[in-house]
Amino acid sequence: MSKFNLNRRTLIKSGAAFGAGLAMPTIFTSSAFAYTNEPKGGTVTLGFNVPQTGPYADEGMDELRAQELAVQHLNGEGDGGMMNTFSSKALKGNGILGKKVQFVTGDTQTKSDAARASAKSMIEKDGAVMINGGSSSGVAVAVQGLCQEAGVIFMAGLTHSNDTTGKDKKANGFRHFFNAYMSAAALAPVLKAAYGDDRRAYHLTADYTWGWTQQESIAAATEAVGWETVNNVLTPLASTDFSSYIAPVLNSGADVLVLNHYGGNMVNSLTNAVQFGLRDKMVNGKQFEIVVPLYSELMAAGAGENVRGVIGSMNWNWQLQDEGSKAFVKSFGEKYGRPPSNSAHTCYVQTLLYADACERAGTFNPCGVVEALEGFEFDGMGNGPTLYRADDHQCFKDVLVMKGKENPTNEYDTLEIVEVTPRAQVEYAPDHPMFAGGDLGQCNSGA
Amino acid sequence: MDAIILQILNGLDKGSAYALIALGLTLIFGTLGVVNFAHGALFMLGSFCAVTMQRILTLSYTIEDPTQKDFLGNPLKVDTPYLVSWFGESTGQALIEWSVPLAILFAIPVMLLVGYVMERGLIKHFYKRPHADQILVTFGLAIVIQEIIKYFYGANPIPTPAPDMFKGSLDFGVLIGYAQNTIIYPYWRLVYFLFSAVIISAVFAFLRFTTFGMVVRAGMADRETVGLLGINIDKRFTIMFGIAAAVAGLAGVMYAPINSPNYHMGMDFLVLSFVVVVVGGMGSLPGAVLAGFLLGILESFASMNEVKSLIPGIDQIIIYLVAIIILLTRPRGLMGRRGVMEE
Repeated sequence: MSKFNLNRRTLIKSGAAFGAGLAMPTIFTSSAFAYTNEPKGGTVTLGFNVPQTGPYADEGMDELRAQELAVQHLNGEGDGGMMNTFSSKALKGNGILGKKVQFVTGDTQTKSDAARASAKSMIEKDGAVMINGGSSSGVAVAVQGLCQEAGVIFMAGLTHSNDTTGKDKKANGFRHFFNAYMSAAALAPVLKAAYGDDRRAYHLTADYTWGWTQQESIAAATEAVGWETVNNVLTPLASTDFSSYIAPVLNSGADVLVLNHYGGNMVNSLTNAVQFGLRDKMVNGKQFEIVVPLYSELMAAGAGENVRGVIGSMNWNWQLQDEGSKAFVKSFGEKYGRPPSNSAHTCYVQTLLYADACERAGTFNPCGVVEALEGFEFDGMGNGPTLYRADDHQCFKDVLVMKGKENPTNEYDTLEIVEVTPRAQVEYAPDHPMFAGGDLGQCNSGA
Repeated sequence: MDAIILQILNGLDKGSAYALIALGLTLIFGTLGVVNFAHGALFMLGSFCAVTMQRILTLSYTIEDPTQKDFLGNPLKVDTPYLVSWFGESTGQALIEWSVPLAILFAIPVMLLVGYVMERGLIKHFYKRPHADQILVTFGLAIVIQEIIKYFYGANPIPTPAPDMFKGSLDFGVLIGYAQNTIIYPYWRLVYFLFSAVIISAVFAFLRFTTFGMVVRAGMADRETVGLLGINIDKRFTIMFGIAAAVAGLAGVMYAPINSPNYHMGMDFLVLSFVVVVVGGMGSLPGAVLAGFLLGILESFASMNEVKSLIPGIDQIIIYLVAIIILLTRPRGLMGRRGVMEE
């Protein structure tokens, strides 16, 4: 029977050998990959994280259509779409850095935890180097945080809260979509011109990050043009019937109702407000008006005739007549038989911008991509000359003020462009109080 | 005072929907002893009967109009409904406008059939299983129905307007001596409340004044004894399941103009309706109706700014809070019967 003697020397030797053994795979890994999911073969994988189930599934489907189209164009298939009008000519239609682009998809379900799980799976299992998509600010903030930790780039989809590039901004995250502040800055002068400067506004606000920042922004902007904010009532996100919130509006002395709602909330609250006949009433000697600060084509279609004459804002619309928009609408329309939504547009543009940044940086390394995107000025993507500001990774570009069309000719013809607000009018300082409290931090390559 | 009247009115239409759904749930529980978590899906199916009727009435033929262009610059395809083509613009449009009321006629047979198939095809196999099994299978069925609807109709809400004559709102305040625009109430919500009152009365009258109803009530009280008298009570209970499905469906049809139908709307009502059933008393039809209206009105009051400023977030928990208080003081609910779900 052998006897095992453990002394101090043996323990140190064994410990060192065991430690070296444990460290070995890590050493190999870190020398083999300079950053998270560095593509080694002839392909590079992008991760498209969109709502495929749940109430925003239709919007997610439109994003996915646009992302597929972008991948086709990057790989040299189809007519090239906006690659032909994009001011940067780095993209050649041969994939990204010569690697064929492939993609995987995840379902955010418009839930932060589900969105994080699907993004994590695409990064860890599928080797995605970039995550793109989504149609909620809560989701965007959650996935942006995950991508920062994982060392991949996040190219946000539809997210409109100031917080995404404000207090929750991250070095690895980039937002092409406009934000609540920009909506308000674009809307206020148009509202003043349309309804006058002596108005009393009553706000109904969805009780979550986007609603709060939207309300804060639109209240500040309208008060700056002379309006008074009579009341702001927070409504639960899960609300479906807004009648009990709308009924007291007329008694409040307000003559404008601002619906800081999006998606199903917007469809229902606007429908309820119209049912109550608010738009037919005269208050304070003026016609009662309703404002929806953030529009989407799909939600406008959901609200039907109730959107007629109601003013709101959008990031982009298929009716724009610049060369970039026309090229994208043609590509998308011929492939899918319908015009693209503004969420589809932002996802398409974000995918091309990421690919272009990789080409210009000469690497997929997230830190190289961040450097290429920061301060990048471009044009030909549908919103006029655009800047990806280095300070907060927010795109600055023209904003559209829209109005529900009085006589739509088909299901896509629900909104009309009232004004294209120039970029200069919606710009703000990086340290603006509505965006304060966050820290971009350093890029993380995952090395 | 005007704010109180306003919220009572608001609570009535919300309560009407709760009462109609809870009535069906109680009918099924009282007759078959099944806890049906697919009942919200039946409400949603009713709403989609209205959407389907709208689509049937707007079936169109397409012609190309070379004078107008679509978004790709091609000649615009203009849809003309067959009804407009056959009966002229005014009559055709009037028929299309009335798609929701007309959908009632369509929904009754459809929902009766759906209820019958559901009961015979699936739920009857779970009569002798624990309530937990019944909840799981009916909840699963609700998700399947939701996904089928989403597949065919999409996830986006579908606008389903009321007829033009019911658009706008009644200045109720003027009728009772208040100033203009003090208490306004949409015409269609008034129609919804009256409609639900008719349906609830009809169900009660059916159970109270018909032989069929008498047998069903006897079966609810003592199923075995009724069976021993040679009456096929199972068959009658199956029919009651169909009727409960039809009640939920009709509630859904008429609700379509209030909130645009979407595949998820049944789930939004389901949990609250179960609370209504429990508060009213399991198996009690009058209890379900009473609790439906009571909780609907309380929910409206809790949404008042004055109340919310006193207790923030009360609008989200009021129904559950009241349910807890009622169950603590009256464990069988407002009108519950001894012995129901107490074994």
